[in-house]
Amino acid sequence: MIYEGKQKVWSDYQKDIPDDHYFYVRSCIRQSFFPASEVTFLDITRNRLGKDIFETEHHTTCGGIAYHSDTIPQETVMTIIARQFALMAKNGYENYVCSCITSFGLYCETMETWREFPEEEARIKDILWKTCKLDFAKPKYLIHASDLVYKYRNLIAAQAKHKLINVKTGKPLKVVEHIGCHYSKMFPSKGVGGAEYPYVLVGMIEAWGGEIVDYPERRHCCGFGFRQYFIKGNRGYSLSNTYKKFESMEPFHPDLIITNCPGCPYFMDRWQYVIAESTGRTYGEEGHGIPVLTYEEVAGLVMGYDPWDLGLQTHQIDSEPLLDKMGIEYDPAQKYAGKNGKDIGSPICPTCLK
Amino acid sequence: MVDFGYGISPSSRLDLDKFDRKTFDLLVAEEPDVKKCIACGSCTAVCAAGKFVPTSLRSAILAIQNGLPDKALELLKPCQLCGKCTLVCPREINTRHLILSIIKIYSAK
Amino acid sequence: MKNNVLIIGGGPAGIEASAQLQRLGYNVILIEKGSSLGGHLSKWDRLFPDGVHADGVLSSMLKNMSGVKSFTDTQVKSINRLDKSYNVILSNGISVLADAVLLASGFTLFRAEKKEEYGYGIYDHVITNADLEAYFSIGSDSRIDKPKKIGFVHCVGSRDEKAGCRACSKVCCATAVKQACEMKEEFPDAEVYCFYMDLRMFGRHYEDLYLKAQKEYGVRFIRGRVAEVSENADGSLQVKAEDTFSSKPLKVTLDLLVLMAGMRPSDAGRRVGDLLGMSVEEDGFFAVRDSVTSNQRSPLPGVFLAGTATGPKTLPETIADARGASMEIDRYLTDVFPQASDYKKLIREKW
Repeated sequence: MIYEGKQKVWSDYQKDIPDDHYFYVRSCIRQSFFPASEVTFLDITRNRLGKDIFETEHHTTCGGIAYHSDTIPQETVMTIIARQFALMAKNGYENYVCSCITSFGLYCETMETWREFPEEEARIKDILWKTCKLDFAKPKYLIHASDLVYKYRNLIAAQAKHKLINVKTGKPLKVVEHIGCHYSKMFPSKGVGGAEYPYVLVGMIEAWGGEIVDYPERRHCCGFGFRQYFIKGNRGYSLSNTYKKFESMEPFHPDLIITNCPGCPYFMDRWQYVIAESTGRTYGEEGHGIPVLTYEEVAGLVMGYDPWDLGLQTHQIDSEPLLDKMGIEYDPAQKYAGKNGKDIGSPICPTCLK
Repeated sequence: MVDFGYGISPSSRLDLDKFDRKTFDLLVAEEPDVKKCIACGSCTAVCAAGKFVPTSLRSAILAIQNGLPDKALELLKPCQLCGKCTLVCPREINTRHLILSIIKIYSAK
Repeated sequence: MKNNVLIIGGGPAGIEASAQLQRLGYNVILIEKGSSLGGHLSKWDRLFPDGVHADGVLSSMLKNMSGVKSFTDTQVKSINRLDKSYNVILSNGISVLADAVLLASGFTLFRAEKKEEYGYGIYDHVITNADLEAYFSIGSDSRIDKPKKIGFVHCVGSRDEKAGCRACSKVCCATAVKQACEMKEEFPDAEVYCFYMDLRMFGRHYEDLYLKAQKEYGVRFIRGRVAEVSENADGSLQVKAEDTFSSKPLKVTLDLLVLMAGMRPSDAGRRVGDLLGMSVEEDGFFAVRDSVTSNQRSPLPGVFLAGTATGPKTLPETIADARGASMEIDRYLTDVFPQASDYKKLIREKW
């Protein structure tokens, strides 16, 4: 692999990311799947980096799940999004940061639709006023939360307590990065690094000392996509997509998978359990599985947050081997302890996956 | 093993790494003109049996090259050896001999 | 007074036209921006369809050029029309009053790194058709390491709206089949695949070359465009295409992938064309006066075109085009400068 070739491609796809004053909107499902991710993100940006990042309790979902499952028409989704943008302007912001990748894709799609069809924009402006009595606005910058962490990756590296390095051998960890499909496949110019070799997570991994694994099915979808798994009979399709990715990355023996989408880490984490329990096939060292983390969790680990405060105990694949490799200290007894150390029980261990 | 009610779908993708070079070389020794096929489809178009059942010499040659010999044999079973395909082949392949050679060599395994 | 003819471009078209025009009695000045004459022909090994060596063809063409004043490492600095001629100032300081200008600026090869999904310049074993010709001429390339499985990708940068070129580059299919045969001769145990969309074997003996590739060398032709190339842990390439004949996606692991990069208009030629105010068509090549009967004349007076500056051509077509342009120039100059014809009659009677 000739690294300079990739650098040339990355330099073609640069993105303007603003410096401060962000309006943050949360994701519908990330707070259930990865409880601590968004909290950690806000803590890092507000308290460790000193940026102004604002969120209002009046914001809603972007409507992506319903839109992509064909339950609401585009008109409704565009109005919901217009309302979100109007709230941003009402609170005096013009930099829009969203937490979910599918939202990001949907926001980009809506902005493009309004740009190409000004009559649609005028119509939504009208509907917004009639329904919510809010003034229409468009953000000056529309970025994803991972773009922000990418921008500050060097500042985070400067404050880092741990690096993505195996402390026992001194070698960098082999990290697989997985970008959500809606980030750059729809609009390559809106993603850092474009669609073929996206750079947003690669930049973070390199700044924090890790080594990228470029495996053949890198660009393959994880199989989330809403429609495929809502009905149990269809779930095999999603499972097969993730299976293909794992079979492709296993020869490279990665230590960690890092993603920036809500659905992707969820599936890549949980499907390892399903594959192990239904076929006996496991990945990673000695059948422990390959830990899948969101970029906020990795940023948190690097900056020295307690792993259990980061919500790593909710992951199906145990992160202890990774924590040991990175030399992070943690208290195993506290893993499943409730608030104030109360004992709330612990989950059953699976049979094949260790 | 747990049954979750869904499982991994088998892949229907062709994998050319699985091509059986050795058996194909036996076929080439028997009928070297098999390599000349340009997949024009003339043989399939005039096939007497082809009007009634799925059969195609073009597809059979392709199936062998794609590593699916059983499919090739399946496609050649209805052949009546009428010889219409030999009349039209633009590359002058002796298609009757080719069909018989494929069946001989790939059934033997 | 002999007429001056300035030929811009020292590739096969420029060389052939200069030789013809010199024999017809004109004062020919040939300029070439590179450091030697020959253009792309000087970088090739063997030509299709019969495998003739390129250096032999080039040296025989150069031998006919005696009397032609040629300048390498020279470009046009400025050019403007004066009455019936063109006043051209060259980068070496010389100025020429050209009564006719022949633009034979040729083509530039499509830059294959623009097709990011093929990984040219990123993966270790992906090369272009030009790299392969250089390999055959020089004998080594670090990316070619005893390959056991080789693939050729047709239409890289041609017939591709995303690459900005809808047109077919004409010669790449024949080149691919030729190179596939040559690779089988070099590595007899290798499996060779050609991934094509349509196979353009239009010329004389091309179909024979195709038959030879299949029958004698066992090259496998797969109709389906390579869509994605990735690198495995050991450096081999995982290639994904569709076998459209069986309507199924396929994957194959290869040790070497050759991209057939297409012909794009020459950047240097476009620069000179802009100085002259020459129009180009949608495909980027120069517009001609009439696409059927006047292919060697530009719409501008006294400006002529030859070779791939007006679109993809094979080498025999380029040479014929150059000879045609020479005839057009001769006819034009005889009409525009009748008093010079007596001197020309004198030269021709000497043959």
